[in-house]
Amino acid sequence: MTSAAPCSDGHAADQTDFAAALLNPQSAMPPGLRTWNGSDPQARLAVYRNNVVSALVDALADTFPVVQHLVGEEFFRAMAVLFVRQAPPRSRVLAHYGQDLPGFIAQFGPAQGLPYLADVARLEAARVMAYHAADAAPVPDEVVRLALSSGERMGELQLVLHPSVATLASPFAVVTLWAAHQAEADIAPVEIDQPECALVLRAGLDVLVLPAAAGAVAFVRAIQAAHNLGEAAALALADAREFDLTATLSQLLAHGALAALQLPGRLSS
Amino acid sequence: MPDTTPRCQAGRPALAAAGGPGGVAGLPRRAGIGLKPQHVREVLSTRPDIGFFEVHAENYMVDGGPFHHFLGRVREHHALSLHGVGLSIGGIEPPDEAHLDRLAALITRYQPASFSEHLAWSSHGGTFFNDLLPVPYDRATLDRVCRHIDRVQERLGCRMLLENPATYLEFEASTMSETTFLREVLERTGCGLLLDVNNLHVSCTNHGRDALACLHDLPLTAVGEVHLAGFARDQDAAGAPLLIDSHGSPVDEAVWDLYAQVIERLGAVPTLLERDNNVPALATLLAEAGRAEQMMAARGQPVRCGAHGAGA
Repeated sequence: MTSAAPCSDGHAADQTDFAAALLNPQSAMPPGLRTWNGSDPQARLAVYRNNVVSALVDALADTFPVVQHLVGEEFFRAMAVLFVRQAPPRSRVLAHYGQDLPGFIAQFGPAQGLPYLADVARLEAARVMAYHAADAAPVPDEVVRLALSSGERMGELQLVLHPSVATLASPFAVVTLWAAHQAEADIAPVEIDQPECALVLRAGLDVLVLPAAAGAVAFVRAIQAAHNLGEAAALALADAREFDLTATLSQLLAHGALAALQLPGRLSS
Repeated sequence: MPDTTPRCQAGRPALAAAGGPGGVAGLPRRAGIGLKPQHVREVLSTRPDIGFFEVHAENYMVDGGPFHHFLGRVREHHALSLHGVGLSIGGIEPPDEAHLDRLAALITRYQPASFSEHLAWSSHGGTFFNDLLPVPYDRATLDRVCRHIDRVQERLGCRMLLENPATYLEFEASTMSETTFLREVLERTGCGLLLDVNNLHVSCTNHGRDALACLHDLPLTAVGEVHLAGFARDQDAAGAPLLIDSHGSPVDEAVWDLYAQVIERLGAVPTLLERDNNVPALATLLAEAGRAEQMMAARGQPVRCGAHGAGA
């Protein structure tokens, strides 16, 4: 529902005003509030306003620790407050709240000095998605062996990726930068103006960030767009001249990134 | 999958007779704690002797991954309380059917011994505020809340527990007390009461009420679970104390004193030690739960075992 329900019991308008006041510090006091001791209800409304905004900002801080580390807590929280007020959650499930923060950062004037920040946020958002993605067992070795010996029909193979698999392609070295921020020790300087790609996926219970070739990312994106192995390989080659199909398949299989391999017409997994 | 029969723990009668039309059987009359991701491996390796674990339902409304993996394993050894924070029962809009579907799926999957929600609203006009917001206590709200609870219990096929709120504001529209409002909701819908003793103390302090009088004015026989938690201290515009339900500190002595009154009236009762912020080591939470169990044991309640043990 995008608007309040009909005012069946006289309180719909009041709840609408209260809701508006939570996210907009400029909005007027909602009508009809009372305090037992006659004190100004504004101070008490502020508790709700603060609870709502700070809990959502905390949720974003949990999802984007490296972004916060790069810009500092004060900057991050100020930016996150603006994001929360502009784009509050539409879902009652908060696990994926903040998937729009990377796009917000890309447009956020004060963050323009760090042009790679939005891609770091994309990487962190992808990790959270992978963490909560559906479970799927890796395709059994036996099926892989059979499929890869399917001779001239091999190009027709349909690959089903693990539901957690996501890709990232950045003009900046955000994968190295992100990895550097996982270390306990001092963070080594990163040469940021290097394009980098990554595959993000969950293997068992652990979310992995795998540095990947540009061709591997193009290949995975083609598979996700429902192309078969032959088509995806052609697309990846067109996108990245150095694309290596064997290396890409090995990387995917090594981390359980394939959930099924099948030839159209006969199911092999 | 766990089987559908909630388990007895350490030879104690594990089930209270809070069962409704089906599905949810009632929690063990013991102390429990929240299941925190940072504790889950230690919980699995040490299997603490605890009455139950409680989780926020919305945290598990994801497709897969570690949350489901670990909850499934914990559920093999412990009773579970499913506590919702997103139904918005006090909202203007009727309960979200997709959200009810997700809750029903979790109840089927994990067979919790209890499902509970709040007397509050958290969604409005398609925005989720992730907070428990207050309602006026008048006839129109009472009718609406009862309609919403009727729908929840019908869809989930079980009796739910409704939690009394911690509030910071009151409404000019209110025509009855919070306790009268709650009593009427319980009578009309048949739902049980999740008595949050911290919320009672916080709200009574914030609105100049006598907590003990409010406690005795509540239908305590309908209590299916008790929550204990810590609060933070603030002040209102007149300098009067304003307590914030923060769940970030140990239970205050004033709340323990009120809890003693609850135990005096009810005997042993399923009791959750709630901590959502500044979460300490598992041992610290277990020690707090131990204090609640000692108070229940000191009160003694052998009468209730035979009456309720076999029913659910």
